[in-house]
Parts: sequence; C-alpha cells; structure tokens
Amino acid sequence: MAILAFVEHRDGKIKKSSFETVRAARTVADALKAECCALVIGSGISSLAKELGPYGASRVLVVDDPALAAHANLAFAKAIATVAVQQKAQAVFLPASQMGKDLAPRVALKLQAGLASDCVGINVENGDLVATRPVYAGKALVDVRVTTPVKVFTLRPNVFTATQGSGDASIETVSVTFDPADFVTAVTDVKVATGRPDVTEADIIVSGGRGMKGPEHFALLEALADVLGAAVGASRAVVDAGWRPHDEQVGQTGKTVSPTLYVACGISGAVQHIAGMSSSKYIVAINKDKDAPIFQIADYGIVGDVFDIVPELTVQLKQALGK
Amino acid sequence: MKVAVCINHVPDTETKIKVGSDNKSIDRTGVNFMMSPYDEIAVEEALRMRDKFKGEVVVLSLGGEKHKETLRKALAMGVDKAVLLKDEAERDSFAVATGLAAELRALAPDVILFGKQSIDFDDAQVGTCVAEMLGIPSVGVVVKIDIQDKTVVCQREIEGGHETVQTVLPAVFLAQKGLNEPRYPSLKGIMAAKSKPIEEKPAAPAESRVITVAMRKPPAKATGKIIGTDKTAVPELLRLLHDEAKVI
Ligand SMILES: Cc1cc2nc3c(=O)[nH]c(=O)nc-3n(C[C@H](O)[C@H](O)[C@H](O)COP(=O)(O)OP(=O)(O)OC[C@H]3O[C@@H](n4cnc5c(N)ncnc54)[C@H](O)[C@@H]3O)c2cc1C
Ligand SMILES: Nc1ncnc2c1ncn2[C@@H]1O[C@H](COP(=O)(O)O)[C@@H](O)[C@H]1O
Repeated sequence: MAILAFVEHRDGKIKKSSFETVRAARTVADALKAECCALVIGSGISSLAKELGPYGASRVLVVDDPALAAHANLAFAKAIATVAVQQKAQAVFLPASQMGKDLAPRVALKLQAGLASDCVGINVENGDLVATRPVYAGKALVDVRVTTPVKVFTLRPNVFTATQGSGDASIETVSVTFDPADFVTAVTDVKVATGRPDVTEADIIVSGGRGMKGPEHFALLEALADVLGAAVGASRAVVDAGWRPHDEQVGQTGKTVSPTLYVACGISGAVQHIAGMSSSKYIVAINKDKDAPIFQIADYGIVGDVFDIVPELTVQLKQALGK
Repeated sequence: MKVAVCINHVPDTETKIKVGSDNKSIDRTGVNFMMSPYDEIAVEEALRMRDKFKGEVVVLSLGGEKHKETLRKALAMGVDKAVLLKDEAERDSFAVATGLAAELRALAPDVILFGKQSIDFDDAQVGTCVAEMLGIPSVGVVVKIDIQDKTVVCQREIEGGHETVQTVLPAVFLAQKGLNEPRYPSLKGIMAAKSKPIEEKPAAPAESRVITVAMRKPPAKATGKIIGTDKTAVPELLRLLHDEAKVI
C-alpha cells in the first residue's frame, strides 16, 4: 500500500507546494502504515529526485522522457495513473496548483476514484481519510469522505508545512508508454514574470484597493513588496478599473490566498474580498475609514492615509532588515 | 459551429453563509442565487464564437427547478437554446459531470465551455471530468481562445505567468476571468427570454464519490487592535510583526 505524491517542478526547481504535498503524504502514510512514494515527471529531471527524501518520500519514482519536456495534460495524467496502479496507491496527492487542478480530475477518473479538491487538512480517522476543505470561498469549511477504494486529493498551497528531515529515498525509474494522442494538448510556450512571487504562492502579500487612487501609486506598494519579498495583490475594484492585471485579484472571484502576512492598503473589506484572504495568518489593514469592515478581521490596523503610512513603512523596514 | 456551455446556479457572492440544521449544508432561507460568475464569462465567450463562426449556442444546467433562473439569464444574454437536466439531489462534481457528459455525448458540440470553478463548492472539477468522460482534450483557466479551423491556441494562467497551449477540436475550455467582459442582458433580451422555451429532461447522474460529513464556519478571527492613526504608528507595527507575529 502506498500514498503517491505528485511533484511539480518549473525551470529545474521543485515547487514549494510540492514539498508540502510530499510531507503531507508522508504524515498520512505513517498513520496508515503505508509507504510514501513521490512521483517526478518530465524530461531531464532525474536529478530532482534526491531532494525528496528529506521531505518524507521513502521512494521516488521518476518518469523521465524527452517527450515530457513540455506540459501535456493527457500524457501527464496517464503517467500518474499508470504509476498509481503499479504501486497499488490507495491515495494520490497533488498540489492544488494550476497544474495539479488540471490533472487531478483525469487521474481520479482513470483510477475510478473520488477527488476532494483544495484540501486544507487530511486526517486519518479509524483507518479512513477525512479531508477538510473550504467552500463558498472560505465562508464555510466542510469535512468530506471519499467513498471509493482509491482516493485523490489536491492540497491547497501554503497550508501544509514542508518540514525537512533527514530521510533518504530510493530512486527508481519507471517507463510509461505514450501514444501520439497523448500529446494533442501541449504547452508550446511559457511566459513567467520574473521578480515578484504569485499571490497564491507568496508568504507575504501587499495588496491595494481603490484607496490607492490610481495605478501609478501602486509603485508605493511594489516598493514595500520588494523589501518584504512579497507578492502584490489587488481588490476587484482596481482590477476592473484596469489598474492591475487580473491574476493579482484576491477574493471570491479572484485568488484565494493563505499567506503568513497580508497587508491591505486602501481596501474596504467587502465580503467577496474577505472571502479570499481571511485565512491569512496575520492581517494588517491601512485605511482612512475607521469603520471599514477590513478592520474587523485585521490583527493590526492603522486608521490613516496610505500615502502617509506606506512610504514610511517601507523606509523603516529597509532599515530594520538592513536592505 | 456548435457550442455548448454548462452553467451552474449558486448563492450570490454577497451571501453570509449560515450552516443549516443538518450541519452538512447551508441554510438556504433568504439566500439569493445567481449564475456562477465564471460561467457568465463562458457564456459570453460562446456568444462571441457564434458571432465569428456562425452556428448555435446551447446552455445546460443540471439541478432543480430553480436553475431555470440562471438558464433564463443565459437566454437573455442571447444563447439559442437552454436545457435543464432535472435533478433535485445534492451531488458531488463527479456525479454532476456524469449527468452533463451523457447529454453532451448526444449533442456532440465542437466546443464545450465551463467556468473554471463554481463559486459554491469551489471544486474546479466538472469541466475536466466531462472532457475525460468524453475522451476529448481540455484546457483549464483560459484567458484567450483562438480557434483556427480545427486547431486552437489558448493562453492559460499559471502561477506568476501564462502558458500557450495548443489543442484540437472538439475540446473543453474552462473560462477564467480576463477571457472577456460578460455582457449585461439588454431589456429586449430579457423580454425575449421570457417567452423562449427551456427544454427539460430528467438527468441520470451516477452516485457521488465525495460525501460531506460535516459543515462548519471557520473559527472567527479575534478582533485585532488599532495601533495608530498616522505614520508614528509604524515602529509599533514593526515591533508587533517582529515580536508577536514573527513574520519579519
Ligand atoms: C459577483 C461579485 C464578485 C466579486 N468578487 C470580488 C473579488 O473577488 N475580490 C474583491 O476584492 N472584490 C470583489 N467584488 C467587489 C466587492 O464587492 C467590492 O466592490 C470591492 O472589493 C471593493 O474594492 P476596494 O476595497 O478596493 O474599494 P472600495 O470599497 O471603494 O474601498 C476603498 C477603501 O479605501 C479607503 N481609502 C480611500 N482613500 C484612502 C487613503 N488615502 N488612505 C487609506 N485608505 C483610503 C476607503 O476608506 C475605502 O475603505 C465582487 C463583487 C461582486 C458583485
Ligand atoms: N450543476 C451544474 N450544471 C451545469 N454545469 C455545472 C454544474 N455544476 C458545475 N458546472 C460547470 O462546471 C464548472 C466547474 O464547477 P465545479 O467543478 O463544481 O467547480 C462550473 O463553472 C460550470 O461551468
């Protein structure tokens, strides 16, 4: 019996959310007295395998094939399902990243398994797995059971901890046979903005709303974000106004985020915005209006002008962090 | 070109969720429902495809009588045909997908559009499940779809960037914000939609594979403190972030 964790990588680096997934798989595997297997798929990626032992994998399975250089969802889903069957996996864990969400439904159907998406907790109760997941954009939580013998879960990034230990994993190469049909959908180009992290993966987010008064003033938030190594987020109001790109929108119809620190600048805190960020561990709000709803969920609030406070915060942080 | 769009009827985003007496689902009293926002984007994209390539747009919704409101809205936006796959039970995404796939298999559209996720259970599963059940390609979280004959080139969102993805029709696409700006139904559209028929068929979905055992509100956040009213509060904020939150 095994728990299989799918490992995503980009530009030769394993993603943090995948280390989290492997560690979570190990925790569950231990409780079920099963083995924790990690699966790495791609081309020329064998060297990544040795990084997974310390995160809890006891075996790492590698599907290394030149045909898998670019992401092709049909081929990747086939590879995951093939390995899951070979290893008699009772559960497959994937990160709830864009790639994980693209693959998980197909993997689940191939394994005749149920899929619980975007889980924030997976517990073993009397030998069965109970997953906790947010619904209604985090306005409620549900505990769910997957009724099929094999179960598939995607795990929300930034929620499970990627504890590193001293484990060592055996590494095995697996070959999977593909057909041309497995590559009818294929990625032909990838453009990644270098510099700031994405809101779904960032540990700190500096977010701006209509109180920033105009797109040009987001430079103040970018400066603060750069000192903190943070992502820049936005309310829907500023995205709809065209001040910021869609992929920065936080909220019920944007990204759901769980960073350690969320700094809301000139954001009122509408229900749809709060739904997407209220699971942040610490929330700082800077807003002129003392009655703004954002203060109801903020750990630390400053009732004041963003144009007064944000530049000062940046300057003092720079000093404090020696930057 | 035949374009199908699957649309869901979900609680309004303003809704303050209350857990029902069964502790497994929400209390629906006083809750307003609407078309899931990503599904509006999918409907808009379908209408634009029809404008460009001619053909027809069919919308499908699987659910109870109430789903007719959302189908009616799609008709008001300008779709040609609306089908209600009638089913009053609560189902998981897998089960919903089986019901939709059965109908879509018979319909055989060139393009099937979904929202990237329903904003009720936020599963992000149904579209890709339907594609797998029908044995056709799928592209998730698309912000651009460019159809040239049978080949399609899409832009798809990934963390911190975009992928260009190529595929072939027939295929499934999951609409993400940024793909287009959905239109508001015109008054004329709304009037016309009132008299357009909604076809009703009993749905035959499979059994759910994921069951909810409990629902609860997330732990309430303790009200925080206001630490100042101007930039003189900054040192105190830094101290708290360092000593208490330990994030810097
Ligand atoms: C279907 C639907 C889905 C939605 N989804 C989302 C979503 O995903 N995400 C989202 O964010 N919203 C969403 N919304 C919109 C939401 O309802 C709000 O309209 C939006 O969040 C408001 O954005 P805001 O806080 O930037 O602007 P406002 O509400 O206008 O707030 C601006 C704030 O800035 C403060 N301010 C002004 N000047 C200053 C200053 N100089 N210094 C400090 N503070 C100042 C004001 O006091 C005010 O509180 C959705 C709405 C609907 C109907
Ligand atoms: N009951 C339903 N009827 C029709 N389409 C649905 C239904 N539920 C979900 N969908 C479609 O599937 C997408 C993803 O839903 P979900 O997997 O539930 O997040 C939605 O955006 C809709 O396009």
